[in-house]
Amino acid sequence: MSEVIGESTTTTAVQFSIYRYNPDKDEAPYMQEYTLNVPAGVDTMLLTALLRIKDEQDPTLSLRRSCREGVCGSDGMNVNGRNCLACITPLSSLAKRPIVVRPLPGLPVMRDLIVDMEPFFDQYKKVKPWLQNENPPAKEHLQSPQERELLDGLYECILCACCSSSCPSFWWNPDKFLGPAALLQAYRFLTDSRDKGRAERLKDLSDPYSVFRCRSIMNCVDVCPKGLNPTKAIGKIRKELLKEEI
Amino acid sequence: MVESVSSWSRNGLRDFLLQRLSAVVIAAYIVTLVFYFACHPALQYYDWESLYTASWMRIFSVLTLLSLIIHAWIGMWTVLTDYIKWILLRGLVQAVILLILSICFIWGIMILWSV
Ligand code: SF4
Ligand code: SF4
Ligand code: FES
Repeated sequence: MSEVIGESTTTTAVQFSIYRYNPDKDEAPYMQEYTLNVPAGVDTMLLTALLRIKDEQDPTLSLRRSCREGVCGSDGMNVNGRNCLACITPLSSLAKRPIVVRPLPGLPVMRDLIVDMEPFFDQYKKVKPWLQNENPPAKEHLQSPQERELLDGLYECILCACCSSSCPSFWWNPDKFLGPAALLQAYRFLTDSRDKGRAERLKDLSDPYSVFRCRSIMNCVDVCPKGLNPTKAIGKIRKELLKEEI
Repeated sequence: MVESVSSWSRNGLRDFLLQRLSAVVIAAYIVTLVFYFACHPALQYYDWESLYTASWMRIFSVLTLLSLIIHAWIGMWTVLTDYIKWILLRGLVQAVILLILSICFIWGIMILWSV
């Protein structure tokens, strides 16, 4: 604890160890140490702390963020070994000091905490994440409350990639295994009463990689900042594939 | 959809079910043998021989052997495609494993049929 002169607030010094890599300048990535005084008695979010480091100490520190309230999914990062959204992670929830901040694992690093999301979105595109319906009704496409309920726990995904980038199966085969986020969306459209692409969708998922590389270790469920359960959705896709087969 | 795969059935669901089914067969075989040993504390060569000449046991043994081969291949194929990215090396290791599994199968059949 230290007294900040000129202000009556008390502050606490928090140590950070942040992954740095600028491919134009650095031969290899390295960890850089920072110390930030955060006001005591206020539960500062990690994103706020990182942006303060950037503003006050090192403008070269690069990261993505937009909404700063867990909605846009752009500030996924690996903090003390666990993927999370920096904007909704309070410093008080991080026990270890220094707080070790790294980019999301398993995706190519572009600079510092910014990763290339392309491999992640390539897999997302493969599940055709839009309604397939040759003959949509002229006006409204009604669903019963029960049909609508089936989409709960699926549609809320913000595509932050925290799950897929914590999944070992996705690390080893990012081009073949779709990953938990894409599979959650695959099931979201499979179970939508308005979608008529079921047979085609299931055919696209039937090979030994796309779905079946999932080994149900549930890293994805553990880290999802929206509390979603991709493993459960993957289990349901397996069930749908079985129904289709027999 | 990922084309060109060298798994057992080239279909994720069939591989998945085969792996579970083969595991059940292997488990049933182990349980049967343990049960048999428990019922025959003073096991003699002739008991052993009569067990293995019974046709149900022969069929069961061959089925278990086949399950073991399928189970091992699907498992090894999965592990190798996860960890060995260099295609030549992976092909080589896969070929060696297939060879060993085939030898085990033929040898196993020969042993079972020689009783
Ligand atoms: S449960 Fe499946 S999708 Fe989720 S982390 Fe594990 S292997 Fe990946
Ligand atoms: S399922 Fe959760 S962790 Fe995965 S992308 Fe969606 S919101 Fe992020
Ligand atoms: S900044 Fe939008 S989710 Fe964190």
